[in-house]
Amino acid sequence: MDYSNFLYMREELSLVAVMVILLLYDLFAPERSQRRFQLVACILFGVHTVLNLFPHEEATAFGGMYVYRPMLTVLKSILNVGVLIVFLQAHAWLESEKAVIRRGEFYFLTLSTLLGMYFMMSAGDFLLFFIGLETASIPMAALVAFDKYKHKSAEAGAKYILSAVFASALSLYGISLLYGTTGSLYFDEVAAGITGSPLQIMAFVFFIVGMCFKISLVPFHLWTADVYEGAPTNVTSYLSVISKGSAVFVLMVILMKVFGNILTEWRGMLYGVIVLTITVANVFAIRQKNLKRFLAFSSISQAGYLMLGVISANALGMTSLVYYVLVYMVSNLGAFGVISVIEQKTGKVTMDDYNGLYKTHPYLSLVMTLSLFSLAGIPPFAGFFSKFFIFAAAASEGYYILVLIALLNTIISLYYYLLVVKAMFINPSESPIAPFRSDNYTRVSLVACCAGIVLLGILSVVYQQISLFSFGM
Amino acid sequence: MNFLSLFVLIPLLMMLGLWVSADMKQIRAVMVTGASMLLVLSLGLLASFLSERAAGNTAEMLYMADVMWFAPLNIHYAVGVDGISVAMLLLSSVIVFTGVFASWNMNPMPKEFFLWFCLLSVGVFGFFISIDLFTMFMFYEIALIPMYLLIGVWGTGRKEYSAMKLTLMLMGGSALLLVGILGIYFNSAPEGGNYTMNILEIAQNQMPMNAQRLFFPLTFVGFGVLGALFPFHTWSPDGHASAPTSVSMLHAGVLMKLGGYGCFRVAIFLMPEAAHELSWIFIILTGISVVYGAFSACVQTDLKYINAYSSVSHCGLVLFAILMLNQTAMTGAVLQMLSHGLMTALFFALIGMIYGRTHTRDIREMSGLMKVMPFLSVCYVIAGLASLGLPGLSGFVAEMTVFVGAFQNADTFHRVFTIIACTSIVITAVYILRVVGKLLYGTVANKDHLALTDAAWYERLSVITLIVCIAVIGMAPLWISDMIHGSLAPVIEQLTK
Repeated sequence: MDYSNFLYMREELSLVAVMVILLLYDLFAPERSQRRFQLVACILFGVHTVLNLFPHEEATAFGGMYVYRPMLTVLKSILNVGVLIVFLQAHAWLESEKAVIRRGEFYFLTLSTLLGMYFMMSAGDFLLFFIGLETASIPMAALVAFDKYKHKSAEAGAKYILSAVFASALSLYGISLLYGTTGSLYFDEVAAGITGSPLQIMAFVFFIVGMCFKISLVPFHLWTADVYEGAPTNVTSYLSVISKGSAVFVLMVILMKVFGNILTEWRGMLYGVIVLTITVANVFAIRQKNLKRFLAFSSISQAGYLMLGVISANALGMTSLVYYVLVYMVSNLGAFGVISVIEQKTGKVTMDDYNGLYKTHPYLSLVMTLSLFSLAGIPPFAGFFSKFFIFAAAASEGYYILVLIALLNTIISLYYYLLVVKAMFINPSESPIAPFRSDNYTRVSLVACCAGIVLLGILSVVYQQISLFSFGM
Repeated sequence: MNFLSLFVLIPLLMMLGLWVSADMKQIRAVMVTGASMLLVLSLGLLASFLSERAAGNTAEMLYMADVMWFAPLNIHYAVGVDGISVAMLLLSSVIVFTGVFASWNMNPMPKEFFLWFCLLSVGVFGFFISIDLFTMFMFYEIALIPMYLLIGVWGTGRKEYSAMKLTLMLMGGSALLLVGILGIYFNSAPEGGNYTMNILEIAQNQMPMNAQRLFFPLTFVGFGVLGALFPFHTWSPDGHASAPTSVSMLHAGVLMKLGGYGCFRVAIFLMPEAAHELSWIFIILTGISVVYGAFSACVQTDLKYINAYSSVSHCGLVLFAILMLNQTAMTGAVLQMLSHGLMTALFFALIGMIYGRTHTRDIREMSGLMKVMPFLSVCYVIAGLASLGLPGLSGFVAEMTVFVGAFQNADTFHRVFTIIACTSIVITAVYILRVVGKLLYGTVANKDHLALTDAAWYERLSVITLIVCIAVIGMAPLWISDMIHGSLAPVIEQLTK
C-alpha cells in the first residue's frame, strides 16, 4: 500500500489531529489549564482552518475512492469558518453549570460530524459516501440530545436518530439497487452504467428520498421543527447550517456526476420537491411563535432555494450554490447567535419576548435585523446577491416559472422575517428583555457574521474566487 | 472615480456622519450639509450637462463609467445619465433637501429615522444613475425596504398594517421584475456572445420576439406596481397616509417615479416590439388608474388619502403617457413625473405641517385655516392650483404635453382613452377646490385652532423651495422639455425600428 495517498487527505488528517489533541487535553490537562479549554479548542480549530485555506492540485487516492478537487477546499473552508463561529457562540452555553463537565464531548462530537462531512464530500465511491454520511449523522443525534435532562432535548435526540437511520436505510437500499444494476460502487463506473431503466430510476428515487430527509426537504421535513426546537440552540445552528450546506453540495455533485444520464428525470422530481419545499415551509413559518421553530421552517425554505442551484446542473449553479451556502451560513449564524445569547441569559425564545428589544439591546437587534434582511434577500446585504445568483442559475436553464414561484415565496418569507423586525422595533413592551452584557466570544462571532453579511455581497472577489474553482467540476 | 457616484457616496457618508453624531443639533447639521451638497451637485450636473449638449455632444449617455463587478456573470457597476436622469436626480435632490427641513423636529429616535432616510436616498439616487440592470435592480430594492421601518416606527394611524402592505406589495412587484430582468439578461445575446446587463448594449441587439412577449408584461407590471398601476395601487393610499411627512414626500415625490422611469427605461426601451403589441392592455389599466384615482380622491375626508389618491391618478397619467409611445407624450410623461413629484411633495409637506398643529387630518373637523395660518394656506392653494393644471405652474405644462402627445395617435382606441383620461382634469378640479373651500375658507369652526401659529422658518424654507421649482417649470418649461425631448430620441428610434 502506498502511504503517500494519505497526504492527499491532509484536511481530514489535520482535523483528526485537532480532535485527538482536544480529547487528550480534556482528559489529562491539569485543573488550572482546564479553564482555558474552550480557548484552546477555538485556537486549534482556527489554526486548522488557516492551514487548510489553500487548495492543492487535483488528486485521487485509494483507487478512486477518495477524490480531491480544489473546490472542496473552498467548501471545507466555508464549513470550517462556520464551525468556528458556532464554537464561539457555544462558549457561554458550555460554561454554564450543567454543560461544563461535558464540553469536551461537545467539541469531539461536533468535529466528528464535521469529519464525516469531509469524507462525504470527498467521496468518489458510494461506500465512502455512506460511511461519511453516517459519521456525520450519528454523533449529531448525541449532540441534539446534549441537554439530556431536558425532556425536549432527549425527545429531539430520539426523533433525530430514528429519522436519520430511516433515511440512511432508504439511501442504502437505493445504493444497493444501483450496485445490483451497474456492478460497481465507484461514481464513475456507476455513471457509465446508468441507462435509465425502471429499476435504476427506482434506485435513484430511494437514494434521493434518503438525501431529502437529510436536507429536510418537503415532504420529508417533518422531523425538522421538533428537532430544531428541542436541541440546544448552538447545536441547532450547527445542524441548520453546516450539515445542510455539505449535504446539498454532495447531492449536487452526485446528481451531476453519477446521474447525468437521467438528467431530465431527476430534474422533474426536484422541480416538484422544490416547489413543495419553499411553499410549505414558508407558509408554516408564518404561524411559528418560537423563534427556533421559526428558523427551522425558514431553513427548510432556504434549503429549497439552495436546490435551485442543484436543478440548474451547470457551473453557474455550482458557484451560486457554494456562494449561497456561505452567505446563508453567516446570516443564519448571526440570527442564531442572537437567539442563543438571549436564551442563555434570560431563557426567552418566543417572538413576543422580543417586543421592544431595540430599546434595551440596540446592537443585538441590529445584528438580528441584518441577519433576517440577509436571509430575506434584501440588498445591499449578501443575501440579496446569493439569491440573485441562485435564481440566475435556475433561469439560465429556462426555469422561469420555478424562479417566479420561488420569488413569490420570498415575499411570504419577507413577511415573517419582518414580523420579528416589527417585534424588535415597533411593538411596545411592558417588560422588555433586561439589559445584560454579552460575553466577548459571542461578540466576536456576531461581529464576524455582520462583517460577512455586509461585505460578502459587495466584494465581488468572493464570488469570483468560488467561480474559478467551480468550472473545474 | 466618476463624479456621478457621488450621488450614492454622499448619502452613505451622511449615514456615517449620523452614526457618530450625538444630539439633534449635529444630526441636523449632517443632514443639512449632505442634502445641500446633493442639491448643489445635481444643479452642477444640470449645468454641465446642458453645456455639454450645447457644445454638440450627442452621445446617448454622458459621464459614463463602467467598472466590472461580478465578472462571471458580466455584471458591471455602470453609471451614466441622459436628460431624463438629470431631471430625475434634480427632483430627488430637491425633495431630499426639502424633506430634511420638513422633518426638522423629528421625534422620537431622530438618528435612526434619518439613517433609514439616507438609505432610502442611496437607493433612489443609485437607481437613477445606473445603466446596468443588476445595479439598477439592487438600488431599486434598497429604496424599498427602509420604507417598512420608516412607516412602521414613525408613522401614524394604522401604521403597522400599512407598512407591511406597502412592503409586501412592492416586493411582489420586484419579484416579477426580477424574473423579467433575468429573462432580459438570458436573451441579451441572441446571436451568441456574452450575456450582458448593460441597458445600452442590450438595446443594440434585438431580443427574440417570444421572449419579449413574455418578459415585457413582467417588467412593466413589476415597475408599474411602484408607479401605482391599477389594480396594484392599493398600497399607495394606505402607505402614504400612514407615513411620516418627509417619507411621504420622498415616497410619493420620487419613489413612485422609479416605477415610471423603469417602465420606459427598461420595459419599453429594451422590448419595443412587445410594447407596441401589448400596450393596449396597460393603456386600459392606466386609464382606469387615472379616472378611478381622481374619483376616489373626491370622496375621501382624510387629507393624506385625498392626496394619495390624487397621486394614483397623476402617476397613472405618467404611465399612460409613456404607453402612447411617441416623443411628445413621453416628454409629457417625464414632465409630469417632475411636476407631480414637486407638487405632491409640497402637498404632503403642507399636510404634515397642518397636521402637526391641528392633530387631525379630517377635513370635516377643520375650516377657516386661512385666518389662522395664512402662509401655509396660501401655499396650499398654490399646490392645489398646480395640481389642477393652472397655466403658469408645472401641472399645466405637463398635462398639456401629455394630452397633445396622446392625441397624436390617430386610431379610435387611443383617442377614446385620451378623452377618458382628459376628464381627470375636471375631476381633479372638483376635489382640489372642495378641499380648499372646506379647509381654508369660512369661519374657524374649532376655537382651539385660533391659537395655532403659522409656519416656522424651516417650514417656510422647505415650502418655498418647492413652490419656486413648480413655478420655474411652469413659467419657463422649454429648456427642460428640450432636454427631455432630446434624450428620448434613442427610445423613439427603438420604437420605430
